[in-house]
Amino acid sequence: MSVVGHDRVLADSAKGTAFQRLVSYRTRRLLAPYLYLAPTLALLLVLMLFPMAVVLYYATLDNVIMNRSPVFVGLANFKAIFLDETFRISIGNTLYFTTMSVVFHLGLGLGFALLLDSRRINPIVRAVFRVIYILPWLFTAVIIAIVWRLLLDPSGVVNAVLVTLGITDTNIEWFSSSDTAIHALTFVNIWAGYPLFMVSLLAGLQGVPDSLYEAASIDGANEFQKLRYITIPHLMPIIVSIALLDFIWTMQVFPLVWLTTGGGPIHATEMISTYTYKLAFTRYEFSLASASAVVMLLFSLVGAFFYLRYQKVRD
Amino acid sequence: MPGTRRQRSGRRWDLPTVLTYLALLVGAIFAGFPVLWMLVSSVKSNTEIFASPPTLLPETFTIEAYTHIFGDAEKMRFFFNSYLVAGAVTLLTLLVAILGGYTFSRHSFRFKKPLSLFIISTQTVPPITLLIPYFGIVVAFGLYDTYLALILTYMVFTLPYAILMMTGYFNTLPRELDEAVLMDGGSSFTALWRVIVPVSIPGIVATGVYTFLLAWNEFLFALTLTKSMDMRTVPIGIQLLMGQHAYEWNEMMAMSVLGSLPILVLYLCVQRYFLSGMTAGSLKD
Repeated sequence: MSVVGHDRVLADSAKGTAFQRLVSYRTRRLLAPYLYLAPTLALLLVLMLFPMAVVLYYATLDNVIMNRSPVFVGLANFKAIFLDETFRISIGNTLYFTTMSVVFHLGLGLGFALLLDSRRINPIVRAVFRVIYILPWLFTAVIIAIVWRLLLDPSGVVNAVLVTLGITDTNIEWFSSSDTAIHALTFVNIWAGYPLFMVSLLAGLQGVPDSLYEAASIDGANEFQKLRYITIPHLMPIIVSIALLDFIWTMQVFPLVWLTTGGGPIHATEMISTYTYKLAFTRYEFSLASASAVVMLLFSLVGAFFYLRYQKVRD
Repeated sequence: MPGTRRQRSGRRWDLPTVLTYLALLVGAIFAGFPVLWMLVSSVKSNTEIFASPPTLLPETFTIEAYTHIFGDAEKMRFFFNSYLVAGAVTLLTLLVAILGGYTFSRHSFRFKKPLSLFIISTQTVPPITLLIPYFGIVVAFGLYDTYLALILTYMVFTLPYAILMMTGYFNTLPRELDEAVLMDGGSSFTALWRVIVPVSIPGIVATGVYTFLLAWNEFLFALTLTKSMDMRTVPIGIQLLMGQHAYEWNEMMAMSVLGSLPILVLYLCVQRYFLSGMTAGSLKD
C-alpha cells in the first residue's frame, strides 16, 4: 500500500459518509458486525433455515407438490420408509461404504503424507509426486465416475491387467454384478477421497518439532516408535476432525453412485441419497422423500455435533 | 519449512531410501494411472479404446474427439454456462465472505460464538435434504431452469467455507493494520477495503479458487434445477454424453479432460496459497 493511497484514505474518512453523519459512533459500533454479516445471514436464512423448515413440514404431509390439498399425517412417512426394506438396505450400504472409505482415506492419506514428508527423498521429486498424489481430488465426481467406468469396463484395462497377471481368467463385471458393485464403488471413492487427509496431515507434519525426533533418536527410539509415540499423537486432532468431516460428507455421496451404478444392480449399491433422490424425482413421492431426507439430515447433525464438540474440547 | 529437517549431506542409496522411492512410485501409479488413461484414451480412435491387449500409447494418434467438441455449439454452451455460473458464484461469494470473514476476525459482538458455530455446522447439511424444498422454492419464484437458481443455491455451500477461509486468513494479519486507519478517524469499512483487502490477495485467491472448484464441480443441483440444453453445465453435459452415445468413449474422455483443465490450471498456479488457505480455514475456525 503506497503512501499516496494512505493519504487518500485519510482524506476520504475525514469527510465521513452520509451514514456516518446520521448514526452515532456507538450505534455504528454495535450495528457494524451485523451489517457486515447481513448478506450472509440473509442468504443462509432464506436458502438454509427456511428450506430445512420446509422439508420438515413436507415430511409430515401425505404428499406435496403433486398434491393440491395435502393432509397432515404426523410421522406416518417416517414409519413408511423404515418399514421399506430398500431403505434399510440403503442405510446398511451407506454405513459400509462410508466406514470403509473413511478408514482407507485415513490409511492412504497418512501413508502418502509420511512418504512425501520423508527426508529421504529429493525435494524436486517430492514436488512432482505431491501434484500426482493430489490429482484425484481435483476431478469432479462425474469425471471420476466416467473414467472408472472405462477402466472397470468388463473389457477394460483393469480386467486386461488382471487376466494377464493370472489373477482372474474371466472378465469381471465390476459395476454390474451384485457381488462386486459395492466394493468397486467403495474402491473408486477411496481413490477419489484420500487427498483431503493427505493434504491436512502434510500440513500437520510441518508442525511437529524436530527436537522431539532428535531427543527420541538419542534415547534410541526406532522409526516405528517415533511414528507411534511422536508423530501420531501430534496429528491426532487433525485425524479426528477430518475423519468426522469425511464421515459426514461421504455419507451424503450422490453423483458417484448415481453415475456408476445408479444404486443397482437390484439395490446392491443403494445409498440413502440415491434412495431419496429416486423417491422424489422418479416416483414423485415428495413427502416420503422428505422424510428420508430428514433422516439423512439427522445423521449429519449427529456427526456435526461430535465435530463441534471436539473442536471445543481442543480450544 | 521442511528443508531444515532434511540434511542433504548424508543421503545414501540405502535400503530404506530405495523402499521409500518404490512405495512412492506404487502410490503414484495408483493415484495417476486413471488420469493418464483418461488423457491417452482421449487421443485414441474409438475402436482402439477397447483393443485387446490394451495399448498404453495410442497406435493412431487423433485429436478428432477434441475437434468434434469444439465444432459442436451445444457442447461449447456447456462450457460457457459452467464458466459463467462458477465465475459469478466466485465473485459474489468472495464479496460476501470478505465482509463476513472480516467481522468474525476483527469485531467482538454478542452473537459471535453461536453465529460462527452455525456457519460451521451448515457445512454438514446434506445437499439432498435441501434439494426437495429448493425444487419447490425455485419453481414457485419462477427461477426454474435459470442461471440465478444455480448461482444462489451454490452460494449456500460455497459461502460457509469461504467465510471460514477468509476469517482464518484475516486472523494472520496484525491488528495494527486496521487500528492505524481507525486511529486516523477512518471507519472499519475503509480499513477493510483500503488496507486489509490489498494485503489479503493470497488468501482471497485461495478462497476464490476453492469456491470456483466447488461451483465448477457441482452436479446434483445442476441436474435437478435446470432442464433445457441451453442451461446445462459441463458435469451434466458429460453425463448426457454418457446416455446419448454410450460408445463414443474418446469423446467422453476428451470432454472430461477439457472439463478438468480449468481446475488443474488454477490449482497449479496457486497451489502454495491454496493449501495454506485450506488448512487455515478448515482447521482453525
